[in-house]
Amino acid sequence: MDLRFMADEPSAVERAVIARLIDPVESRNGQVVRGGHAARGHRHLLLPALAAVQSELGWVSRGALNEICRRLLVPPAEAYGVASFYALISTDPRPAEVTHVCDDIACRQVGGLDLLSQPSGGEVVTTPCLGQCDRRPAMFVQRAGGQDEVLVSGPPATVHAGPLLRRVGKVDPSSLADFRKQGGFEGLRRAQDIGAEAVVAEVKKAALKGRGGAAFPTGVKWEAVANEPAPRYLVCNADESEPGTFKDRVVMEGDPFAVIEAITIAAFATGCEKAYIYVRGEYPLATSRITAAMAASREAGLLGELEIEVFRGQGAYICGEETALFNSIEGFRGEPRQKPPFPAQAGLFGRPTVINNVETLINIPEIVLGGGDAYASVGTPDSTGTRLFCLSGDLARPGTYEIEMGRTLGDLVELAGGFAGEPKAILLGGAAGFFVSSDYLSMPLTFEDARARGVTLGSGVVMAFNHDRDMHDIVRRVARFFRDESCGQCVPCRVGTVRIEEAVARARSAPIDRPLIADLDRAMKDASICGLGHTAASVVQSAMAMGLI
Amino acid sequence: MFGAGGGTSSYEEIETTSVIFLWGSNARAAHPIFFHHLLRGLHNGARLYVVDPRRSESARWADMWMGIDVGSDIALANAMANVIIERGLANHDFVNNATTGFEAYAKTVAGYPLERAAEITGIPGDAIEQAAIAYATAATAQIVWTLGITEHHNATDNVLALTNLALLTGHVGRYGSGLVPLRGQNNVQGGGDMGAIPNKLPGFQDVEDPVLRGRVEEIWGRPIPPEKGWHLTQMFEACHAKMLRGLYVIGENPADSEADSTHAREGLASLDFMVVEDIFMTSTAEMADVVLPAAADWAESEGTVTSSERRVQRVRKALDPPGEAKTDLEIISRLAEAMGAGWGLPTAEEVWDELRRVSPLHTGMSYRRLDELGGIQWPCYDENHPGEKFIHHRLWKVPVEGPPAPFFPVEWVAPVDRLTDKFPLRMTTGRHLDGFNTGVQSGGFDSPIRVGGTIDLSPEDAERLAIAPGEMVQVISRRGQVEVPARIDSSLREGLVFMAVHYSETADVNRLTIEAWDPKSGTAEFKATAVRVEKAGV
Amino acid sequence: MTEVALVIDGVDVVVNEGVTLLDACRSIAKQQPTLCYLETLAPVNVCRVCVVEVEGSRTLVPSCSRKVEGGMVVQTDSERVRHSRRVVFEMLASSVNLALVDHPTREWMESYNVDPARFGPPAAPTSDRDQRHAGHHGEVVGGAAETVHQPIKVDNSLYVRDYSRCILCYKCVEACGDDAQNTFAIAVAGRGFDARISTEFDVTLPEGACVFCGNCIGVCPTGALMFRSEHELRQADLWEEDRQSVTRTVCSFCGVGCNLELHVQDNRIVKVTSPQDHSVTEGHLCIKGRFGYEYVQELGDLASTPVDVVLRRARSDS
Repeated sequence: MDLRFMADEPSAVERAVIARLIDPVESRNGQVVRGGHAARGHRHLLLPALAAVQSELGWVSRGALNEICRRLLVPPAEAYGVASFYALISTDPRPAEVTHVCDDIACRQVGGLDLLSQPSGGEVVTTPCLGQCDRRPAMFVQRAGGQDEVLVSGPPATVHAGPLLRRVGKVDPSSLADFRKQGGFEGLRRAQDIGAEAVVAEVKKAALKGRGGAAFPTGVKWEAVANEPAPRYLVCNADESEPGTFKDRVVMEGDPFAVIEAITIAAFATGCEKAYIYVRGEYPLATSRITAAMAASREAGLLGELEIEVFRGQGAYICGEETALFNSIEGFRGEPRQKPPFPAQAGLFGRPTVINNVETLINIPEIVLGGGDAYASVGTPDSTGTRLFCLSGDLARPGTYEIEMGRTLGDLVELAGGFAGEPKAILLGGAAGFFVSSDYLSMPLTFEDARARGVTLGSGVVMAFNHDRDMHDIVRRVARFFRDESCGQCVPCRVGTVRIEEAVARARSAPIDRPLIADLDRAMKDASICGLGHTAASVVQSAMAMGLI
Repeated sequence: MFGAGGGTSSYEEIETTSVIFLWGSNARAAHPIFFHHLLRGLHNGARLYVVDPRRSESARWADMWMGIDVGSDIALANAMANVIIERGLANHDFVNNATTGFEAYAKTVAGYPLERAAEITGIPGDAIEQAAIAYATAATAQIVWTLGITEHHNATDNVLALTNLALLTGHVGRYGSGLVPLRGQNNVQGGGDMGAIPNKLPGFQDVEDPVLRGRVEEIWGRPIPPEKGWHLTQMFEACHAKMLRGLYVIGENPADSEADSTHAREGLASLDFMVVEDIFMTSTAEMADVVLPAAADWAESEGTVTSSERRVQRVRKALDPPGEAKTDLEIISRLAEAMGAGWGLPTAEEVWDELRRVSPLHTGMSYRRLDELGGIQWPCYDENHPGEKFIHHRLWKVPVEGPPAPFFPVEWVAPVDRLTDKFPLRMTTGRHLDGFNTGVQSGGFDSPIRVGGTIDLSPEDAERLAIAPGEMVQVISRRGQVEVPARIDSSLREGLVFMAVHYSETADVNRLTIEAWDPKSGTAEFKATAVRVEKAGV
Repeated sequence: MTEVALVIDGVDVVVNEGVTLLDACRSIAKQQPTLCYLETLAPVNVCRVCVVEVEGSRTLVPSCSRKVEGGMVVQTDSERVRHSRRVVFEMLASSVNLALVDHPTREWMESYNVDPARFGPPAAPTSDRDQRHAGHHGEVVGGAAETVHQPIKVDNSLYVRDYSRCILCYKCVEACGDDAQNTFAIAVAGRGFDARISTEFDVTLPEGACVFCGNCIGVCPTGALMFRSEHELRQADLWEEDRQSVTRTVCSFCGVGCNLELHVQDNRIVKVTSPQDHSVTEGHLCIKGRFGYEYVQELGDLASTPVDVVLRRARSDS
């Protein structure tokens, strides 16, 4: 490509960091250069390269971006467009240490905001939910040239285990041997014994539905991909960013080999030759444990031909949306795609793609070992198996709770020791979910009951708020969240999230403009490209309905 | 080619073809909108091979750039043909049915084994082999060229070397496969089509064919001289030989644009009488006895022009010409009036309608149809004919329709201007994106990307000669010298220097170029000059 | 080619497989509003003003990109469709200067009773939009409706960029990118409401990769990108489209045969465009075709007279 680059040169360190990651894409032999299509096919290295520079230097300079672009044949304007999309990448100089203090709805209630004014060696900025609500308040420290780290202040959280979480806290997450001693990789062996088609059949029989929020039958998705031509990809969505959600982190940190085993079975069953695990950037511990587990499993020959790549997100909630996640891996801005086509037909790199989140996938070894019928006997006919819930806020024992689907919200609250203080509202499903009142404590936690009552289980968030909480402040933070996390691609979401935030802000001192909110919510639901826009006003609407604002 | 001088294919075909050879063309800069179509082809999966001494903007898109030594194109083409024949990849059905002279051709190209070709061209044998196989085995393939092929002393042979490759593989006469010479001005093609070449009447009818000539004489009501005329370079030779005494120059600026301009100006100065009809007071006009101010063809006149895909399109008057300027048609008509021809002042459409009677290729192209169809690609024989996207499909009829296409075996000959210790650098010429020809027109707007007239050097040569970017240097050839700023350009390699042609006032490249010309086409070897570069004031 | 039957607003329609709902609507002369759609560019379906209701679909669908399917039942003028289009137009009109959008768009907005003022008075222009960091924005009090209003960018002799008028339709990015020019001088940077069209690090166009083909201007639907000559004539209140003639001709700068549309006011070329429906250019030109006309302006008795002086004189004469 006849690209034009900037004049800026990288520093020696920047050049070395980039060279480690990117081999020359064109080959020269005297008066001949071979490039073209093959050379242009390395765009997927863009975000890892930007992230590597960010990680080593603390920001991405013009010289560094230029060098990445020269090596990858990516236009500098596009690379800048990608870099400036992510909250964890800075294209301005920054101190070596940047502390991202969570000021989101869980942390801000318990001193999170005070952390902002604490002395620090570098820069302090706010961040949306870090997925540590069970141990709030939390902050995430980016250290140039060092290790990123999450710091939490709260006491250790509860893990209420069922079959999925049974090893969390009991297995050494760094030990393959320990994992195998506790039944690990038996699901994979069984899958290989019965064959790919039989695995898909068992998953269909199990009636497993996706735990990411859309509740699509996993087996149907798998079968569709398996019937498409190769190459096919598998993506494990571990970009857990829904405010109030931390269950996938608990799994990845506590039982990382389980995720690797599940991915390996899924790839085997659907004929995928390569798998990606897209882990959110604010989960450094989960990332390192998953990476180590993957390496150990590969070394032990357990992955066979399967290639697994751990891909680290860089601070963008929207990349949890499956097609935005594909664009992010491919080296483009994390903007969702219009569907159809669906991932099963045209997903990552335009190829048929299975995409499931962590919780969905870790059900797979259980299904393969115990059989689909046995799995389906748990829960209700339309909501089979167990489900992980993220309990936080004003509850006695915040933590991750695995329960059979069909038990009630009240059961769950009780398991967590009940409310701390007089309950005012429960946020169900996450920031994209709904506020509900105590009336909902009797609701069975199933997809069908939630749908019937006009709410969603979403990502399993159950966050309690007692009467002391400033609900206007909470709702305003949610509105702010969506405005910050909208990718900006489509008008209803880009502008709608701003108008919602403005309307909520005005409601501090005046009655909220209900028709305006209703109009915005309706247009965003009807006309936005993806789920972010569809659900961005749900919390505001439900808060209005409950009279919280 | 094979009877009619025009590109065989439509631009749209390059969007779906499999393999593209861009040979001696930097279309990205010189033909940017054609390159849009080519880029669509790349996005659709076509593989691009660029043959160019420079790693130009176009070459940077290539799957393989072949940085050929200047003037060695025939050796490369012949070596590719030899690979194709040796590996049994020739399209024998096509060759047997539609061509003549294969045996002699095969014998000629057998003299270009890979080692020899690598020696001549500077391209490693494995790359030549890869290119040959890619071209021969492609479902469809196009060869696109420009002045890198034709501005050589053996220009016609260069073109024949490429057309031979197309015949050998059957990459012509089919949708998606063809030979595409890109024209440098909006009506180079049309000028030839209309008969403004020494040996043809309108529609490529041979002036020396009495039957064809007789038909046109009948329409025109006048006898036509039965022998072909001189081409441009012959005219200059005739000037110097005092055989040509008067010249009527329309819209050309040979005092600047001819190679070895000092020599060209001497020729013009030797004339008894020269008329120049132009929209500018050009260097040539300055030398004229009479200057006739003309209207700009594309904005101040009516008429047609013909593009590189043989598309005839209308130009229209949008502006009144300034001052006393008149359209070329009016000037010629008035001249004819003054000579007593009795033409009156025909409209452009009336002239065109006469042309349609003279040239069978254009008969179906009424102004109405040209408007309705967004132009028509010749041939268009009648008013029901949509025109032809590609030509020479007759070669695929079995048996072939009309005369078979002959192979013309050609041998490589080195550029005339030899490199020596005294003139060790090979200088080639080309265009910038925002420049046009001698720069008279393109100099008129304020381009933010204008580089200006420079001598471009490889980083290696610049270092060896201790020349810094922007430093003024002397560029010296056997014919003259110019002082220009140096520019360092990594698309050049050691020993290769470059000048753009647009800056005759500040960087007159044609003081350096050689007038060695192709006896068949009359084009001069602008592309291969031997020079040395010295620091100014040393 | 396989044909597909569907119903649009109660009318049976048969079209070729693979065409879009927008194509199908147009085949029965049902126009839809569009902003980010252009025949010569791949649909990006971001503006959402062309959404229609498809029976069985949870959300409305963008007609510009959604392919027809047999048996689809489509509403283009239902209350639901009108509602979304109205609110989307209100969002745009409340945040962007739409004064230069085309006539059909204006008519659509009127027909939907668009009322951007309902979001409050527009906020004052800001000058930091190019520096904003993803995921962070300033305090919102809600007193005024935030806008993209900002200073105009004038950094070269040929273009101006007035991003107060930018609706982020991506057309310029597509035309500069792989839908036409493949120069990639501009891209979308930033995120959310702070997303903007930008060069790398917001460098000026001459510092960046721009080759000044003007193809971004050619596709801009809101006048955010404009030839500098037009901008200056507008500033001087001398831009008079009703006095302009548009003449189609062929560019003289090479042999490709690009069609030009010369916009002439008082015997001066004031703008050059290219027809989108022509197979050679599809509306796109290079720097020479777009701007190389100056030499025919400089001649005659108007020699070296600035164009605004000429036009002012012409106006006083008429």
